[in-house]
Amino acid sequence: MRDQGKAAAVASDLPIPVAHQFDDARQQHEAAAMGMWIFLATEILFFGGLFTGYAVYRAVEPQGFHEASRHLDLLLGTLNTGLLLTSSLTMALAVHSAENGLRRPTIGWLLTTSMLGLGFLAIKGYEYAHKVHEHLWPGPHFVAPPDASRGFEQFFVLYVSMTGLHAIHMAAGLLVMWVMVIILWRSRHVARHSNFVEMFGLYWHFVDIVWIFLFPLLYLIDRS
Amino acid sequence: MDSHADHAVRRYFGIFAALLVLLVITVGAAYVHLGAANIVVALVIAVVKASLVAWVFMHLRSSTPIVILFALGGVFWLVILILLTAADFLAR
Amino acid sequence: MSVVSPAPPLRLKESYLSVSFTIRSWLLSTDHKRIGILYLLSITALFLFGGAAAVAMRVELMTPQADVVRAEVYNRMFTVHGVIMVWFFLIPSIPAVLGNFLIPLMIGARDLAFPKLNLASWYVFMAGAAFTLWAIVRGGVDTGWTFYTPYSSTYSNSYVMLTATGIFITGFSSIFTGLNFIVTIHTMRAPGLQWFRLPLFVWSLYATSLILVLATPVLAISLGLIALERLFGFGIYDPNKGGDPLLFQHLFWFYSHPAVYIMILPGMGVVSETIACFSRKAVFGYKVVAMSSLAIAVLGFLVWGHHMFVSGQSTYAGLVFSLLSFLVAIPSAIKTFNWTATLYKGQITFATPMLYALGFIGLFTIGGLTGLVLASLAVDVHVHDTYFVVAHFHYIMVGGMVMAYLGGIHFWWPKMTGRMYPEGWARFSAILVFVGFNLTFFPQFLLGYLGMPRRYHTYPAEFQVLNVMSTAGASILGVGYLFPLTYLLWSLRYGPRAESNPWNATGLEWQTPSPPPTYNFKETPVVTEGPYHYETGE
Repeated sequence: MRDQGKAAAVASDLPIPVAHQFDDARQQHEAAAMGMWIFLATEILFFGGLFTGYAVYRAVEPQGFHEASRHLDLLLGTLNTGLLLTSSLTMALAVHSAENGLRRPTIGWLLTTSMLGLGFLAIKGYEYAHKVHEHLWPGPHFVAPPDASRGFEQFFVLYVSMTGLHAIHMAAGLLVMWVMVIILWRSRHVARHSNFVEMFGLYWHFVDIVWIFLFPLLYLIDRS
Repeated sequence: MDSHADHAVRRYFGIFAALLVLLVITVGAAYVHLGAANIVVALVIAVVKASLVAWVFMHLRSSTPIVILFALGGVFWLVILILLTAADFLAR
Repeated sequence: MSVVSPAPPLRLKESYLSVSFTIRSWLLSTDHKRIGILYLLSITALFLFGGAAAVAMRVELMTPQADVVRAEVYNRMFTVHGVIMVWFFLIPSIPAVLGNFLIPLMIGARDLAFPKLNLASWYVFMAGAAFTLWAIVRGGVDTGWTFYTPYSSTYSNSYVMLTATGIFITGFSSIFTGLNFIVTIHTMRAPGLQWFRLPLFVWSLYATSLILVLATPVLAISLGLIALERLFGFGIYDPNKGGDPLLFQHLFWFYSHPAVYIMILPGMGVVSETIACFSRKAVFGYKVVAMSSLAIAVLGFLVWGHHMFVSGQSTYAGLVFSLLSFLVAIPSAIKTFNWTATLYKGQITFATPMLYALGFIGLFTIGGLTGLVLASLAVDVHVHDTYFVVAHFHYIMVGGMVMAYLGGIHFWWPKMTGRMYPEGWARFSAILVFVGFNLTFFPQFLLGYLGMPRRYHTYPAEFQVLNVMSTAGASILGVGYLFPLTYLLWSLRYGPRAESNPWNATGLEWQTPSPPPTYNFKETPVVTEGPYHYETGE
């Protein structure tokens, strides 16, 4: 289905340029998709170190994690999850438009996606500021409640490290997205860039998936 | 081509709706006291959500088997990392 | 494979070397062959740098007391030696130099799948090297190459962050290279080049690349967490904050043990090629050897805990890791037996690459078997952190990988440069390296077994004889390394011109002129048989 869309776009547009080392556009696309997925596999393991730390520390000190988790703002966390899920939808629509050679919708969906991403980062920044204010930001100024169990501070170390690494990935994604918008704005032939949009989309969805796991692990430790 | 396009867009919105429903369920489940099962429920829902995103939004459903293998490979290696590290921490 | 369209037009008389002579044409080249040469120059310089640190250590260890350097300086010496040799020489050595140069040639492609990414990987590598060298110039780092916490995160006053940043950056070059190789081997093989027609060198680099992309990110995050701890007081490895220093060791060895296989698998690939060529026989059990590379890549990820037997790790986890470590010996042994079987009834010529390959087999066997000694829980308690360990991994890293690297450089030197090296000198230095190596490191097995700990600049007087032997061997080894450096440079100008196939070897890379033209082949080759058709073909 998708390939038919691509073929139609190619037929109605200028041919996609093929780099010298490839035989044809199909081989080029196959290589790009494979390369992107391998890159995402490295990203899984990059975040994986933190998930491992989370798993073993939580297994050893469940009570401290439980107490600390309740200091996170569930409403903001849920809202942010909603924003990211929506941005994944708009990103998918951007890729879909690019593959069909629709320039304006592509740019529009990309800008929508980036606004949702910005909203996410703004809320995240607000949450961080709040944690600094409450002395729950790890480091020399951290003050745990007097009755806190062991592991309480470690939860916040992991909370900031994991969401921070995720936020860095979001910010990097936003920068690339805006560069992409400028390129598409100047170019007439969206289909020529549809590989780029598609590969970037994979990255954006991946960042979304990381959050899909971070949200329950950090915000939803048994609220009952 | 148009019908195909509509079909794809409709599928994207359907998946999006499913993701939002799952989000509500996972937040709700956190308020039910299940003991050790809370984390299991939360992770199962997260895996379902992630799979939906990967399978549809990330086009894994129309990818070559080797690409699917690489996607699963990253996850598999993460499982190795977590399991064998936990084998130490939990057996001390 | 997809449909083949004709290759872009070529100016066949122009080799990749003579296309252009400007510095710019080298620094901005996306030609995999030129990037391979850039890596060759860079890692040779870094090898000499790391080697200088080793010389300083061996000089200090000639006498039991401290006479050349203080303890603090000695700590920086062995750290610099380890960091440079592991990340800036061994890991990029065969993959980034020979792999870059040969993979597209061996699979009949015009270039790697992502040539710009390939060039970027070299720049990233150089940036990482610059950071690390800067740290060393400013005063060095004293944590040992392993950066164990809490020393690296809390106590060390040396340039930990600068060095770790260099290694972090270099990790990206590893990932770029590995990713590029995997995609290239999957998508760009010539028509008819099925997986089981690939040369074993390509198989070994495919397995290596899997490790590069799956392990390196975990090193990056483990170093990143040290940064958070040192710079912002996050304390993820700090027991006072609910952390655990052993988490670092788990993450670090999840990378660094598989990294050991990054540092040996490519060497195994080179040996497979040279053994076949200089015995005039197909590699015995080709498919099994190919699969054993993959088996090593996978099993290599399951054994990291054997570095932590005496760290306070759970004994039960230790048992599991010990058992798994014995398993990983199986595919390595398969390779060794199959190379030996390949030699059987072969028409063997003792050309220089063959001398290195035979040296590899013997030394790798010693290094591998002593690895089993170390993988045994109880014995490890006795020899842990002694010179026994030092000798063991140098037999793998130097006796294995460096020998294979030198053998590979000699084997493909005519292809890379279009010149032959002087065979007599080359054989002489191969023997010198072999003798010097054994004299350096065999006494260290004895020292370790007798109880001399590693990483000290002084030792009890009764260990002096063996230490002097080791230092004497190191000087011979050093000379053995300087000879090739000299005559290979000499051959660039005075060596006889090489034909396209001086060894009468099979393999696509020998079917194109030496040195190859920019896009490698006049016409995309079509492959109809396996890689080692020596018995029938020649």
